[in-house]
Amino acid sequence: MRLLPSGDRALLVELDDLDEVLGYYTALTADPPADVVDVVPAARTVLVTTSGSLDVLSRALRAVTPIAGAQTSGDLIEIPVVYDGEDLPDVAQLLGCTAAEVVARHTGDEWTVAFCGFAPGFGYLTSAGSWDIPRRESPRTKVPTGAVALAGEFSGVYPRESPGGWQLIGRTSVRIFDSSREPAALFHPGRRVRFVDAGRG
Amino acid sequence: MSSLTVLEPGPLATIQDRGRSGQAALGVPASGACDRSAYALANRLVGNPDGAAAIEVTYGGLVVHADTDLVIAITGAPCTGVPLNAPTTLRAGQVLRLGAPSSGLRTYVAVRGGIDVPAVLGSRSTDLLSGLGPAPLVANQTLPVGSSVEPMPGVDLAPVAHPADGTVVLRVTPGPRRDWFTDAGWASLVSQLYQVSSNSNRVGVRLDGEPLERACTGELASEGMTSGAIQIPPSGTPVIFLADHPVTGGYPVIAYIASADLDACAQVRPGQPVRLLSS
Repeated sequence: MRLLPSGDRALLVELDDLDEVLGYYTALTADPPADVVDVVPAARTVLVTTSGSLDVLSRALRAVTPIAGAQTSGDLIEIPVVYDGEDLPDVAQLLGCTAAEVVARHTGDEWTVAFCGFAPGFGYLTSAGSWDIPRRESPRTKVPTGAVALAGEFSGVYPRESPGGWQLIGRTSVRIFDSSREPAALFHPGRRVRFVDAGRG
Repeated sequence: MSSLTVLEPGPLATIQDRGRSGQAALGVPASGACDRSAYALANRLVGNPDGAAAIEVTYGGLVVHADTDLVIAITGAPCTGVPLNAPTTLRAGQVLRLGAPSSGLRTYVAVRGGIDVPAVLGSRSTDLLSGLGPAPLVANQTLPVGSSVEPMPGVDLAPVAHPADGTVVLRVTPGPRRDWFTDAGWASLVSQLYQVSSNSNRVGVRLDGEPLERACTGELASEGMTSGAIQIPPSGTPVIFLADHPVTGGYPVIAYIASADLDACAQVRPGQPVRLLSS
């Protein structure tokens, strides 16, 4: 673990891998130090902002021990998906299997929201499965709300219509982000997700 | 009920308050007023509680009609034709017309009672990046004014300096990815005279200048950033994150603007010279 400077109101905690990030985030948010404003996990780092002193924050952050197995301890949500995404045949070809087998793998894996970003409520979900899906060569200018997608080791659901370069494998009618709902975001770091095949919708 | 009506929004006018901090882990940007001290002063001058929503005006041009008697205060970039840094009464039917600012970029108009539009995720701020909060103001839009107030402060005029004209100096400290750049790259960052790009907005201030030398190639995994982060994209010239910045970024952050200088950073205008000072 390395603490890196990030201005006079934040520190960046650099960790070895995504599992350690989630374990660190889970431990830190279970018992947040005083004056912490935001805790932002990402692929290899956790940014922590404070309204107090950086020295105090630094000591508190060094004392945190990442929780092992954090990716299997969050609460579970099921997301029904109609697997009719435009890129499903391409993904099947990349993986050397049939579209049905892609669906079986995607619904068979248990996913965990590792971190959020890109847009409000957009979660980067990881699983124990070895996904490694390249982004589309040319991003779409318009990906519809609820599109279920893959890129790299991640799966995600577009919370609203936006441009995007991920491979689209399906869609869900569940509103992943709704600013008028409490809570607005269904995907928060640490939450476990299971995708369920909803047939032809 | 009290209200005012927008006759002309000018280049860009939005509603802003203290923003949505605390929700970054969900991908929700902080947003809020870019120049926090000018925004807070405007509210104080009209006896509003902290966090009341005000109008952030970019490069003047806002014209509003008082539908009822209103008490207002205007702070930040000094627009011509209006009283500055002082509580002022607008009579019903009176029109307030903000000219271009003589220095700075962002002006705040607070109304006693606060702009009372619905809050989204705890804030009335317009976030131009994520689309949260109210849309930018448009002509003929009526803005309701709330009734939550504290006693008037008993101040006639707040003695504050206008945003700087000429070269603006912003203090910086090394950021998390300082070591992605050579010592020559760092020296260039803190010695050259940059110019503010016209391609700047509430998400970030872009600076035009000589590209910085990188010590390593490769791609950074996206990581969390706060306002004042100085990202260096492949072009080699800085982008300084402001209020509507995304919660994470994928380019190395070489340095951070000192938080005490963030308000000054929010007031730089396209074409203005900027120097970054190592502190």
